[in-house]
Amino acid sequence: MKINEKSKILLVLSLLLIWGFLYLYLAEITDYLVFSLLNLTAETHLTESIRFFLFEVPKVMLLLVLIVFFVGIVRSYFSPEKTRKLLGGKNHFIGNILSSLLGVVTPFCSCSAIPLFLGFVESGVPLGVTFSFLIAAPMVNEVALVLLLGLFGWKTALLYLSTGLMIAVFSGYIIGKLKLEKYVEPWVYKVKAGQLELDDENLKFSQRIDTGVDAVIEIVGKVWIYIIIGIAVGAGIHSYVPENFMASLMGKEAWWSVPTAVILGVPMYSNAAGIIPIVQALLEKGASLGAVLAFMMSVIALSLPEIIILKKVLKVQLIFVFVGIVATGIIIVGYIFNLIY
Amino acid sequence: MLSVKVLGTGCAKCKNLDKKVRQIVDENRLDVEVNYINDIQEMIELGILSTPGLVIDGEVKSVGIIPKDAKLLSWLNGEF
Repeated sequence: MKINEKSKILLVLSLLLIWGFLYLYLAEITDYLVFSLLNLTAETHLTESIRFFLFEVPKVMLLLVLIVFFVGIVRSYFSPEKTRKLLGGKNHFIGNILSSLLGVVTPFCSCSAIPLFLGFVESGVPLGVTFSFLIAAPMVNEVALVLLLGLFGWKTALLYLSTGLMIAVFSGYIIGKLKLEKYVEPWVYKVKAGQLELDDENLKFSQRIDTGVDAVIEIVGKVWIYIIIGIAVGAGIHSYVPENFMASLMGKEAWWSVPTAVILGVPMYSNAAGIIPIVQALLEKGASLGAVLAFMMSVIALSLPEIIILKKVLKVQLIFVFVGIVATGIIIVGYIFNLIY
Repeated sequence: MLSVKVLGTGCAKCKNLDKKVRQIVDENRLDVEVNYINDIQEMIELGILSTPGLVIDGEVKSVGIIPKDAKLLSWLNGEF
């Protein structure tokens, strides 16, 4: 079936209306389900858990579909090939800022970290600027943003977005200043890179809508199960674990909670989807937002598999510097969060 | 005979594209040679920074995405 440009845009607009309706009335719909259809008694642990689950899962899914769809459309305007051209010969700091911002909107998968790194460095993008990109791309991701928005509110989401960007800018800037080029494997600089011209500039808007839909199918298809499991575990903790259970362990008063969270988080590898609902539940039981967010950031931004991939192009010294600077940045951000909340 | 290269780093998307291309070639009994290439050097030389890359007779057709079946079929038929 061929749908023309206009009707496709109309279809998207009507779906947006339905989305808005569902999102606005979700609490009422959930209560109707829980109390009228399932006929559960109010105020019991089990009812509260079920209610929490039946409210949070659709809420997060709705937000996820919407944001991934729009991010998909935005990303159709960018590609690593174009980003490389934009970053070539950019000075430090301005280059780091631009690179971090582009890291957020350029489609990127950690599996192509190596070709991207080589392509950037070879075409004259400074090392520090390349790192800003490599830090921002996984650190600030739309799934984490959606979950923070859905489960914590827009202030936390915004704080995560801005501090994540700041870590990428400053870590890249420092790596650039330290002049660590000698710790890049020598073969990297011998690679001859080609320039690629792809004619994706004149995509019709309806084709960009297709890109958004593809992104939703791909990302939601991949993370929905983690979200459901995560929220189910979260629902259990929500109702059954006593208040302040985590306060002594990960609370604000425990100064070591933030660094410990980061040390635990670095070697772990998970997507944001699985981890945030658990993180929310920990928070509710008294863990500090700083520790919890630092944990999340270190899990998604630094991971063992990615470090092993980077080992192909970087010497151990540079990997240590990279991990050390980013981890320090996350710890600082964790303390900032604790100060603000 | 067309020569088709799927360039990938072993990610799920790369393998999917490779599978899809082979499937289309088999289903339509096309006279096409398909190779999966894991050589980063070759990727960079072609200017490919995001995987998977699809190269038909030396020309880069797509990067970072799995193109639609219809598009793949027309490329594999030698249409551009």
